[in-house]
Amino acid sequence: MNFKRFGRPAVIAIAAGLALSSCAANEGAAPAADEASASTLTGTLNGAGASSMDAAQQAWIAGFQTANTGVTINYEPSGSGGGREAFIAGGTDFAGSDSYMSTEELAGTFASCAPDSKAVDLPVYISPIAVIFNVDGVDELNMDADTLAKIFSGAITTWDDAAIVALNPDATLPSDIIHAVHRSDDSGTTKNFTDYLGQAAPDAWAEKASDTFPFPGEGAKGTSGVVDAVTNGTNMIGYADASQAGTLSTAKLKVGTDFVAYTPEAAAEVVAGSPLVADRAADDLALDLNRKTTNPAEYPLVLVSYAIVCNEYADTAQGELVKAYIEYIASAAGQAVAEESAGVAPLTDQLEADVAAVLATVK
Amino acid sequence: MTTAAATTIKARQRPGDRIFSSATVISGSLILAVLAAVAIFLLVESLPAFVAAPDEFSGDITNFWSYVGPLVFGTIYSAILALLMAVPVAIGIALFISHFAPRKLAQGLGYLVDLLAAVPSVVFGLWGIGVLAPLVQPFYTTIVDWFGWFTPFAGPASGTGRTIFTVAIVLAVMVLPIITAICREIFLQTPLLHEEAALALGATRWEMIRMAVLPFGLPGIISASMLGLGRALGETMAVAMVLSPSPEVIFQLLTAQNSNTIAANIALNFPEAHGVGVNILLATGLVLFVVTLLVNMLARVIINSRKAFSGAN
Repeated sequence: MNFKRFGRPAVIAIAAGLALSSCAANEGAAPAADEASASTLTGTLNGAGASSMDAAQQAWIAGFQTANTGVTINYEPSGSGGGREAFIAGGTDFAGSDSYMSTEELAGTFASCAPDSKAVDLPVYISPIAVIFNVDGVDELNMDADTLAKIFSGAITTWDDAAIVALNPDATLPSDIIHAVHRSDDSGTTKNFTDYLGQAAPDAWAEKASDTFPFPGEGAKGTSGVVDAVTNGTNMIGYADASQAGTLSTAKLKVGTDFVAYTPEAAAEVVAGSPLVADRAADDLALDLNRKTTNPAEYPLVLVSYAIVCNEYADTAQGELVKAYIEYIASAAGQAVAEESAGVAPLTDQLEADVAAVLATVK
Repeated sequence: MTTAAATTIKARQRPGDRIFSSATVISGSLILAVLAAVAIFLLVESLPAFVAAPDEFSGDITNFWSYVGPLVFGTIYSAILALLMAVPVAIGIALFISHFAPRKLAQGLGYLVDLLAAVPSVVFGLWGIGVLAPLVQPFYTTIVDWFGWFTPFAGPASGTGRTIFTVAIVLAVMVLPIITAICREIFLQTPLLHEEAALALGATRWEMIRMAVLPFGLPGIISASMLGLGRALGETMAVAMVLSPSPEVIFQLLTAQNSNTIAANIALNFPEAHGVGVNILLATGLVLFVVTLLVNMLARVIINSRKAFSGAN
């Protein structure tokens, strides 16, 4: 009886509370809205591409929309290849991609861009990839690319293999079988990991970089699946976006003569130290990542995602919007937001300035 | 005859009759139209995959058929393993509910089994990786140590327990409610006369079940199993989450390398697929469609051929 009298209003109140509080969900991570009053931008911006930077994009969208209340931005994490395709076909205003545009793609026409103008790659997202492991009694692990390649290709099968012992003379390594976990779904993380192994250890890793892991081994779905498998298993090793590694131990990579742990700074440093890809337009900031670096301030196992935008938009109003949004992404404020919410490594000041210089010419 | 035909009273067509009859006709043809639309969509979208260039496939695979082969194998292998586990248990539960348990308990138990069908497959997936896989992993190691000479149990054992055998256990739990529910209904329909006759001849309860209930229910058990098989073949999320896949035909049950299933492979690779890659995945979907169709047709043939020997007619 009592329930009938009070139950219904209570249910309505709870439902209303839930409905109202969830309204502003994507505007959660709002940065200081110091430019809110000054903004006169309005319109809708559609982007699509790499799912790796989806979390960061959501944070950037929330930040940008709070500062520019007239703008709506949509980012669809449809995958790097799909994102570039949609952008080239004119379906979206910008693309996010784990790899820069191929020369064939650049040779074609871009439907959103002004006739005869091209698009450029701008590095805006750097995520270190951590080598995570779970071995009883081992807290620290040193690895070099060669050994890592042999472990993941199945050439090294036990933890007390001479190559691992040589790198870790102080550790007590078990004689058990190594279970190497890779992503079972196609992923940019796998592509960058295999690219690192292929470049830094060409003798042990003959496969070319690809979204699909080329060797057998233990597969798990998504970053969370890999982290789960490594956490729950024993004698495991795997690779995952560093921000998702949680409480797992991460291995140090041999760079030059030192062993380098991943840090956001070291990851940003290797990107800053990498040369631009040769034979491309001067304002195209596609990077030839220096995986073979010997500078111990750099951590070479990183994933870089690009924002792909037109040099000149067919619709100038859209151009203004894209320019403002990508400028925000590549600014110190935008990078700080993404670091907080998605664990990315902020761009170095130099790279930020380079991206800003290119964006200044976008119209 | 002619007079009869002439004097036939023509029923007056009321609007309600007409609406009802056309509604049933539309519903009936709609299902055909939907099926045809799905088949045509899959066929059209699949065509580019059959002629795809070798470099569109990952790894050493160069054409569509060698890509889809291991997937078909994995799909059928895991589904059959699941059925092998689920059917005996389901028959046991159904018999307990229909012939052994006190009526009150039987009802509650029936509801409970049905409830299992309401659990979303993603929850089964989470249970599979979070609870089941770590739980069975030590057993796998032991089995590989003792019975490794037997090909399906050959090593090395998976370090996480996320093998096709674990997948089969998860699938078995998922198909259990369907099979149990149908078997229970069939067993309850056994003519009481048959049962009483068997008991009157001095049969024990088990003999009565063997002589009266099971022969009567056999076609029902088969069609229940086929329905379960259909669900196991198409299960996506739980398999994608639990299985550690590899693009080969692999008979071993307990290693880290397992043949993937078609549905799980689509779920894993669709998010990042583009261009011909999408067509290839859709073409594997077409293959799954055909496999499921064949399984259902096979079930029909079996049921029809068995009909004559059962008490169902």
